[in-house]
Amino acid sequence: MQHLLWLIPAFPFTSAVVLALTGSRFSRRLIAWLGTASIALSALVAILTAAQFLQSPPVGNAWTQHLWVWMDVAGFRPEIAFYFDPVALVMVLVVTFVGFLIHLYSVEYMRDDDGFARFFAYMNLFVAAMLTLVLANNLLLLYLGWEGVGLCSFLLIGFWYREPANVRAANKAFLVTRVGDTAMAIGLFLIATQLQTLDIQELMRRANEQWPIGSGIAIAAAALLLGGAVGKSAQLPLQTWLPDAMAGPTPTSALIHAATMVTAGVYLIARTNALFILAPQVQLAVALIGGATMLLSACSAIAQRDLKRVLAYSTMSQIGYMFLALGLGAWSAALFHFMTHAFFKALLFLAAGVVIQAMHHDQDMFHMGGLRSKLPLAFWSFVIGGSALAGLPLITAGFFSKDLILWQAWAGPNGNGWFWIAGMMGATMTSFYTYRMILLVFYGPEKREISYKPGAAAAIPLCVLCVLSVLGGYVDTPPDFGGVPALSNFLNSVVPPLNEVHVGPITEIITALCASAAFAIGLGFAYFIYAPWRKIVPREDLLLRLWYSGWGVDWLYDHLFAAPFRFVVNRSASDVVDAIYTGLATLADRISLLLRVTQSGRIRLYATGVAAGSIVLFAVILFAR
Amino acid sequence: MLNLAVILFALGLIGLLTRRNLIFTLMSVEVMLNAAGLAFVAGSYQWGKPDGQVMFLFILAMAAAEVSVGLALLLQFHRREPTLDSDTASEMKG
Repeated sequence: MQHLLWLIPAFPFTSAVVLALTGSRFSRRLIAWLGTASIALSALVAILTAAQFLQSPPVGNAWTQHLWVWMDVAGFRPEIAFYFDPVALVMVLVVTFVGFLIHLYSVEYMRDDDGFARFFAYMNLFVAAMLTLVLANNLLLLYLGWEGVGLCSFLLIGFWYREPANVRAANKAFLVTRVGDTAMAIGLFLIATQLQTLDIQELMRRANEQWPIGSGIAIAAAALLLGGAVGKSAQLPLQTWLPDAMAGPTPTSALIHAATMVTAGVYLIARTNALFILAPQVQLAVALIGGATMLLSACSAIAQRDLKRVLAYSTMSQIGYMFLALGLGAWSAALFHFMTHAFFKALLFLAAGVVIQAMHHDQDMFHMGGLRSKLPLAFWSFVIGGSALAGLPLITAGFFSKDLILWQAWAGPNGNGWFWIAGMMGATMTSFYTYRMILLVFYGPEKREISYKPGAAAAIPLCVLCVLSVLGGYVDTPPDFGGVPALSNFLNSVVPPLNEVHVGPITEIITALCASAAFAIGLGFAYFIYAPWRKIVPREDLLLRLWYSGWGVDWLYDHLFAAPFRFVVNRSASDVVDAIYTGLATLADRISLLLRVTQSGRIRLYATGVAAGSIVLFAVILFAR
Repeated sequence: MLNLAVILFALGLIGLLTRRNLIFTLMSVEVMLNAAGLAFVAGSYQWGKPDGQVMFLFILAMAAAEVSVGLALLLQFHRREPTLDSDTASEMKG
């Protein structure tokens, strides 16, 4: 199967091209089949490849498929080559499988949209780019996929481009991530010039040989890559684009802005882990950024009114957990949380899509209520997905992955009490805003008639994701709750193993109990404030308004970067250089006014002009010599 | 003969500049063309070379083409306006 690796991104790519070129002439049925089947085939190849990989792990625990040499210039020789190892395996399986479910859901969600073919073309192109990103064996090919997913993100946020607000959101996402991407590009230049290669395995080997730990060059390289990761994964300080990205269709939010693309930064850092180990300061920065983003966006999630924005802030917060894990050196814990997060957050977004359709595309949670009996499937999806997000102990996937991160924050060698406390606060707030959301949407008095019931194409993905949100956690359980660290062991050949912790089981159980307590406190507070029998009015005070606006970062950036830029632009619009050109234009305008008088439209006048001109010309020729 | 050509050309030019009727304008242009042709023939006669007469044949052909296009335009114009006054066409100015 390793010779079929190229098929995994090729299927969606082909389908995207076909749909983009000729899709408008196909029937909706055919478009839906083509768009979904390409991902299904891709997922099938991925599953078969993974099965063979697990049965007979190859030497070096990785397959590489060299397709062709991209370019060969002065020793710089990046290839188009795919690299399949346990990390890529997990990523590919999640991307294709969750991608397939979301495509299936989109068939129903987008059923009445004019841009049906366009939507599936973009989505397929996104999956192709994302698979290129995770399968790339060198950073240049990874960067190609990286920009590809950025492009698709831009296209899909602005999918309903007739609304100016959507276009602004798309531009914002594109520009803000561009800041990070520029840093990443500079990082690639640095690595390429210093290490003479961009092959990921090779460059990590050479970096280990040539760069001492903590050297300036290693810090620079790691920090620049971190810049790219921060932009793509919507972490501080480049997090402002993600809440606005919710302007896109809901399946897009589920696939791109929750499950896959935004975790590309996590993947990048885990993939180039050796560089970050060489730069401990940057690794600490990763943990700090992750922790700060986790707390700040959890606060913002508490204050939101828009259902999708709650989920957006929650995504940022959960990616903050992953960054925290990366910064603590718990590489496989981050990937574990990535996987479970992909399941439950996709589930939540898809269920939110059902709710939003039923609510006549109104996303304000305070306009909803009492949907529990009307939309039972969405309700149970929300309960299961939300509990996984909040970390309902022992049952849901989110508990195990989050507990692993918290455990590493407490007992790992890089961890300390502050990270653990931050993680616990984050967990409490997560639980609070999750159940606030569920209580507001599904309990209380009914406020509106519903206008939609999910059909089969929407129900199947929800059910499958519900199951995965529960069972996904059992691939890696801590020693005292089953003790099957299958995923961690599996990933250990690629990323450094989880730090062995030699603390008694009592401590572990106590931390797990603390995590459960955090969950329970959040749930209790949510129930206390938003209980069904209470009359719920949206509250407004200064702190909530600050949280609502995402800590006012948009305002800050507007005044810090946009306003000075606009000021300079306005000033330079009338400077000396500009005055010269304006003067030229005015002069030409004046002269043209004079010349226009001669255009009287009278033929005889023209003839006179011609005759007079000829006479003058003859006179000049005859007498001027 | 050259003098005759000059007189003819001047007459044509004056007609072109003073007449407002489009048919007369066309006729004046014809007169001027023929005056030029006459000048060529005169030159040809003077130096005993055939070039001038060849040139006159060209001028004839061109005059025929010019008249056909000119008359066609004139007809179109007449259909639009019930007059042949060239100054009324000034509405077409840009």
